[in-house]
Amino acid sequence: MSGFLEIRGLSARLAGTGQRLLRSVDISLPAGCVRGLVGESGAGKSMIGKAVLGVLPKAVEIIEGEILLDGQDLQKVSPAERRRLIGAKAALIPQDPLTALNPSRRIGPQITDRLVDILGWTKARATTRALEVLAEVSIPEPERIMRLYPHELSGGMRQRILIASAFAAEPKLIVADEPTTALDVTVQKQILKLISELQARHGTALLFVTHDLGVVSKVCDTLSVLYAGKVVEDTTVERFFAAPQHGYSSALLAATPRHTDPSSSLKPVPHEVLETVAAEIAASDAAWRPNGGARG
Amino acid sequence: MLDGRGSIRRRSGARLWLSAVWLTLFVLAALLAPWISPHDPLAQDLMLGRLPPAWVAGAEPGYWLGTDSLGRDVLSRIIHGARIALVVALIAGTATCLLGSALGMVAGFYRGWADRLISRLVDIWMAFPPVLFAILLIAVLGTGLTSVILAIVIIDWTRFCRVVRAETLNQSKMDYVHSAKVAGFTRLRTLATEILPNVLPTIIALLTLEMGIAVIVEAILSFVNLSISTDQPTWGGMIAEGRTSIHQAWWVLVFPLVALFLTVLSFAQFGDGLRERFDPVLR
Amino acid sequence: MMLLRQTVSRLVTTLITLFGVAVIVFVVIRVVPGNPIAMMLPPGASEADIERLKTLYGLDKSIFEQFIIWFSNVLHGDFGTSISTRQPVLSLVLDRLPATLELSIMALVMAVAIGGTLAVLGTRFRGRKTEAGIDVANGIGLSIPDFLWGLALILLFGVLWPVFQISGRVSPRLELPFTSQFYLFESLLRLRFDIMADLLSHMFMPALALALPLAAIISQLLKLSLKETVNLDYSVLARTKGYSETKVILSEALPNSILPTLTLVGVQFTFLIGGTVIIERLFSYEGLGNMAIDAVINRDLPLIQGIVILFAILFTFVNLAVDMTYAFLNPKLRHA
Repeated sequence: MSGFLEIRGLSARLAGTGQRLLRSVDISLPAGCVRGLVGESGAGKSMIGKAVLGVLPKAVEIIEGEILLDGQDLQKVSPAERRRLIGAKAALIPQDPLTALNPSRRIGPQITDRLVDILGWTKARATTRALEVLAEVSIPEPERIMRLYPHELSGGMRQRILIASAFAAEPKLIVADEPTTALDVTVQKQILKLISELQARHGTALLFVTHDLGVVSKVCDTLSVLYAGKVVEDTTVERFFAAPQHGYSSALLAATPRHTDPSSSLKPVPHEVLETVAAEIAASDAAWRPNGGARG
Repeated sequence: MLDGRGSIRRRSGARLWLSAVWLTLFVLAALLAPWISPHDPLAQDLMLGRLPPAWVAGAEPGYWLGTDSLGRDVLSRIIHGARIALVVALIAGTATCLLGSALGMVAGFYRGWADRLISRLVDIWMAFPPVLFAILLIAVLGTGLTSVILAIVIIDWTRFCRVVRAETLNQSKMDYVHSAKVAGFTRLRTLATEILPNVLPTIIALLTLEMGIAVIVEAILSFVNLSISTDQPTWGGMIAEGRTSIHQAWWVLVFPLVALFLTVLSFAQFGDGLRERFDPVLR
Repeated sequence: MMLLRQTVSRLVTTLITLFGVAVIVFVVIRVVPGNPIAMMLPPGASEADIERLKTLYGLDKSIFEQFIIWFSNVLHGDFGTSISTRQPVLSLVLDRLPATLELSIMALVMAVAIGGTLAVLGTRFRGRKTEAGIDVANGIGLSIPDFLWGLALILLFGVLWPVFQISGRVSPRLELPFTSQFYLFESLLRLRFDIMADLLSHMFMPALALALPLAAIISQLLKLSLKETVNLDYSVLARTKGYSETKVILSEALPNSILPTLTLVGVQFTFLIGGTVIIERLFSYEGLGNMAIDAVINRDLPLIQGIVILFAILFTFVNLAVDMTYAFLNPKLRHA
């Protein structure tokens, strides 16, 4: 069975230096399921989200592999077609609500623009839909809010609006890029719950990028653990928390402070574990190099 | 990002070299004018009036860039005109730079009433159309090289003052300036050792830019017949004459204009290139 | 309340600046060595002529008294009488102002159009040859002042490929049915497109000469700001919604990049207006600047003073207008 999103053997590097960023990544996400992408910063988890949505920075080039969205290979269609496909079938919940809304545009058009411009809805239908989703994320007085500018709203409100905007077009896939990291701890929980509820209600596939295993345990069905651009473990949430297979995963799990034990502090991943992973990666790079022909 | 930076660096290198080459030619022409110009720039010969440049039909050998309506050799006049341009660029540019930078640093570093006074003066100066101000000053001071230089200094010091003041103000907020103060250095010493070196790249870039502007102002004043005495060949004077006879003799306008164009462009690009190369932050 | 206090303090500074300009013009003309009467009179004027003139223009009094008299007259709207034309300075100056305003505004429109287009193109094709080319063009545009552009344009469109008029404001053969000096504006109102074409043909080169340096500045600053803005989160979000790069630049980045550019362009626009003095001379365009140079050459003291003050008022007005536009366009200030 193939998922709504299928990433197969995706490798990417930095254009200038040739530094490897993603190493033959495989990810499968069936419709309506939630997969966490976990790893330390720089592990490439956000990079995968960006690749799926077609917004990789110009300096990053995909060397090989395919990204199938609803069965269509995004690498094989024209850039314009790719944009249209992604705009129609996927959406992003960004990390920082303070910078993800355009400060010089009112809230309303920032929700309805995709519906009207990309999906070809009428203005009236788009506005009705926007009011609907705003109500769904418990925004009071949605008519009034839609006329406001982003700076007139709090961070939590803005994140709700961004979530509403992501769900407005009923996408089959949503990429949530650390959607709670920039928020206050008290707001974090509400937002997380909100995303979970909406995902379940709309049956959306969700790719949840985070560094927080606690969040993964609450939201996700499956997860991929990344280290240095490589998926070191691909498993279900239950199995992962019961018995992580990979050394790095167990170390990561051990490093995460338990919510049950507030006294435990964040422990670093042991050095030996990191060395083992690095050796594995070097080995896979060496195996890959001759046929791929990439040179540092 | 890395790529972009590299290509900027390479482009600035070419800019720097090209402009340096033209400026060297310009300085050499000015210094060696009496020896290298093929004719006396003032010698009139009405029989040889409005000769076209050497490659156009009807040209006279020896007059490479043609002659003007009075039969004076255009090339020789351009070479001699470089002398005035160079003198104005160097003296007016440097004097303007010294006056403006000094006032700017005082305003930006000492703040208080000095800053208020200087900033108010700058505001007033900025409310004058500079060209009109220059013409007015020349009308009052009388024509001549000294007046032209004086007028440029009086008008353009604000250009330095504004930028240097802002830059000094920025630098004064930096930690190292604060620590110099804490260390007990005198204000003047802090200004000289901590702030000046950091403002200097900007000043140098502005200085070369100003040299180009000084050349232009002189040309503009010559153009309205208010600069140096009329028998001295200047680029502006040549342009003014060429403007009246463009349909009969385009070369009288084109060649001094090209000289002026390249000189002004080179001064500006040279300054920018220098700043990019020596700015401690960019480097 | 903040805004009100700011406005009042702005107004006070503006008045101080204008007063300073008045003082300086007055002092420059009278205190610096050189007898103002000698400046006014042709060589060989008799003693009696000199005395008569002195009394007429109040020059027999002390400079301080002269200033007070002149200044209080100015406050009553009396700028004195022009020496060369024997007409009231105010009417002379106001007669020429529209020509200069039309030229400046046309130049501004051209600068914004050229600079804006180049900035958007440079951002759209960033990191490619197009952007490198635009950078070179910007560098040249910034280094070469309007005077030289004017001369280059005369050669290009006046001699080499003579498609535009190179001197004057309007062809003398045309009968102008206008009631004001805003020829271009009136020709549009009265739908006299024949006259409008003639006006535009005269205006094209001087306006373009004035516009090019400003266009380069706008292009450079706006591109810098756009390139930053297209990488911000909301631009990335717009891309994921399916918008094209051009659309992201125009509707997401541009509205946010105009504001920071605008403040810097304000000062530059006053430089542009200052440039009209020599550009009008170069193209024999009958505006304020051309009249100013004539006034200096004719040693017409009252007229010089009047023109300089008018320019100063114009400059401060432009700065004020820019600030107001800024406040109006900035949603954060508008709704504060």
